[in-house]
Amino acid sequence: MRKLFSFHGGIVLDGHKRMSLQEPIITADIPEQLVHAVHQHIGEPAYPIVEVGDTILTGQMIAQAEGYISAPVHAGSSGTVVAIEERSIAHPSGMQGLCIVIETDGKDQWIEISDEIEDYKRMDPSYLRNLVRDAGIVGLGGAGFPSFIKLNPGARSSIDTLILNGAECEPYISCDAALLIDGARDIIDGLLIMRHALQAKQCLVGIEDNKPESIKAFEAALTSQEKTIIEVITIPTLYPAGSEKQLIKTLTGISLAAKQLPIHHGIVCHNVGTAAAVGHAIRKKRPLISRIVTVTGDAVDRPGNYDVRLGTPMINLLHQAELQSYKMERLVMGGPMMGFEINDTDSPVLKTTNCLLTITEEQLPQNTHAMPCIRCGECNHVCPANLLPQQLYWHARARDLEKTQSYNLFDCIECGCCTYVCPSHIPLVQYYRFAKTEIWAQELDKKKSDHARERHEFNLYRTERKKLEKEQARRKKQEQLKNSQKDEVAAALARVNSKKAQAEEKDNRE
Amino acid sequence: MNTLHTSPHTNFTNSVTRMMLLVIAAMIPAMIAYVWFFGWGILINAVLCIATALSCEIAMLKLRHRPVMPFITDFSALVTALLIAFALPPILPWWLPVLATSFAIIIAKHLYGGLGYNPFNPAMAGYVVLLIAFPKQMTAWLPANSNQPFTMTFTENLRYNFFGELPSNTSYDLLTQATPLDVVEVQTGLGLSIEQIESSFTQFSGYFGVGWDWVSLMFLLGGLFLISKRVITWQIPVAMIATLAVLSSIAYLLDQQTNPDPLFHVLGGATMIGAFFIATDPITASTTPRGRIYYGIGIGVITYVIRTWGNYPDGVAFGVLLMNIAVPTIDYYSQPKVFGHANKDMD
Repeated sequence: MRKLFSFHGGIVLDGHKRMSLQEPIITADIPEQLVHAVHQHIGEPAYPIVEVGDTILTGQMIAQAEGYISAPVHAGSSGTVVAIEERSIAHPSGMQGLCIVIETDGKDQWIEISDEIEDYKRMDPSYLRNLVRDAGIVGLGGAGFPSFIKLNPGARSSIDTLILNGAECEPYISCDAALLIDGARDIIDGLLIMRHALQAKQCLVGIEDNKPESIKAFEAALTSQEKTIIEVITIPTLYPAGSEKQLIKTLTGISLAAKQLPIHHGIVCHNVGTAAAVGHAIRKKRPLISRIVTVTGDAVDRPGNYDVRLGTPMINLLHQAELQSYKMERLVMGGPMMGFEINDTDSPVLKTTNCLLTITEEQLPQNTHAMPCIRCGECNHVCPANLLPQQLYWHARARDLEKTQSYNLFDCIECGCCTYVCPSHIPLVQYYRFAKTEIWAQELDKKKSDHARERHEFNLYRTERKKLEKEQARRKKQEQLKNSQKDEVAAALARVNSKKAQAEEKDNRE
Repeated sequence: MNTLHTSPHTNFTNSVTRMMLLVIAAMIPAMIAYVWFFGWGILINAVLCIATALSCEIAMLKLRHRPVMPFITDFSALVTALLIAFALPPILPWWLPVLATSFAIIIAKHLYGGLGYNPFNPAMAGYVVLLIAFPKQMTAWLPANSNQPFTMTFTENLRYNFFGELPSNTSYDLLTQATPLDVVEVQTGLGLSIEQIESSFTQFSGYFGVGWDWVSLMFLLGGLFLISKRVITWQIPVAMIATLAVLSSIAYLLDQQTNPDPLFHVLGGATMIGAFFIATDPITASTTPRGRIYYGIGIGVITYVIRTWGNYPDGVAFGVLLMNIAVPTIDYYSQPKVFGHANKDMD
């Protein structure tokens, strides 16, 4: 048994996972319209490369990556582009985003893919990364960071530990749990490819112990040779054990601070869903056009895990899960602890949509009246970052942003544990988000004003320099003038003198 | 567009009301022991304190334009009232509990901003007002060991508290008796050894022979219950009791003639109620895990110093109030190490 490490805080929550694990992964229908947001990842939005009216095949790239940190978008099914416009997308602020809308033709005709099977082991890691990038793969655990970047060992020649995150610590979500059962082969393929790209020494797969079926199924899928490379580790169920830093701490004992990246310690962490997508992209040469989405909660009669084409409007998916819309009080993308509310059910499924959680009235907070903080310290007790949430709250409330930073605001991972246990029902995380946004805005302002100041100062300097140059030029001229005058005088004097001398000479001669 | 709700999207599992009700529930065993050993007085005081606390709370909330229902149903005023009732002697003119509770709720709590904002423990502030202004009445304890079955009936107790009428054939001095802590304080000052005191005063008849120890034991049980329910944490009570035990052990080992044994300190006076129910008041205590240990140690030291060298028989109330002042400083210097900040050099 591997020695596991514990992190501070955390809470034990009811998993509610069985609810959506009743049947194997269900293939969702392809809707009449697919709405592809060009920004489904961290980084620059992709740039549309199709036009309205274009006929598109399944898997065809419709928007290309812009810049390094970006990812392309591929058509979820064949059809015609009918619009490229702003649509509601899933975003914490409820804002809109540019989308490429495809009317599907029902044929689901794929782009041409060669059947030739290439051995990934003979591929150059950088070539592999390009394939992953072109397949549009981003972190499918929910963050959406372009995966090819995290397949680059960077300055290191190799990394020590490649971790696959199958913890899935948020209640209700079970897409990873289902994939570990039904798609174990894809995950293993992807993991081995990732291992090759990173030249990783060891591979660890962390799964919470509330998913024994997933652990069993995944272990059974490993060949004895693979077992020597891949180690499946059962970790205690404790929210937020699946948060990257907490998982790394649990598995390796290494604690990463706010600004540190796992790669600094020779660790790279990917989600199990991402691994499966990488396996698909390399072995089957298929770009990322679908993902597993958990549709669950008490307002759907057929909760489960659905294999969904990206761009499917959420409402279509909810209907397939037999939504009882009168019961649904709130729709959340993600889990109850960190997910955000969706205000438009027409919003499309994104690469980062791991779960659609329908919440009924009974599950919502009954009394929203927040009481004053009684300083009980429960928030500190459960904080996985070992912060003092209560002090952060006081300072965020007082808008003392400097103080919030001295209490390490940016180490907060917004897991929601503090709000969950707060006896006064204070929306603590909301205060931290507010403070963070304020600080970012201030920094942006400062950057802008710094820029303006620099420009102004440079302008002043330039005018001053011009003035000096002019002055210098004037002086030079004057001097030249003076000198030339002097010369003239001297010349005149010389002339006079010579004349005089000549005259004298004449006199003398005479 | 409708307002979006932010995570977490879950129901609450805890509330201030739940915490306060658990605290009240945890006091019940001590209350029963108290009535058994000291008669009905505490119930009379408790009713007076609760009535005063609730009226003051409602009046102050109205004056401060705060919603009454959420704050009256948090039951924090009830906890304050009960703590004062426990601190007061059972026979006491009715207006003293009223005065203490009014001071606690109006001045110590609401004038500082109400629930969550008061720097001083309201119950102890109210109690100390009486201790300083009415020292004689505050020593009027009934003898615990001879009180079961009750020497004063409920009506006799009531008559005294409201009309100052003592039962016939007795007198104030005959009826009341100093507390064990008080006896030790006064008699060691007069030059008596602990051994002499224990043999000549009826307050002492071995452990658990007299009422005080039983009441303390009930508070200990209630406190353990609160820790198990995560209403309070272990740091403050453990630090406070351990400090008292260590200091009194050292003194006891040095000189047994003038220093009572550690168990006397730990079970005596307000140690147990103080450690588990008063010092642990979250609002006025330190909130960091390490800070709570310092806070508990501070109260333990002050309590011991006042008991041994001070003018008052007990020092828990002063210990709590004095350490309340130190809380912001303690909290600032006892911040826990943030996750991942141990290896800062990697930045």
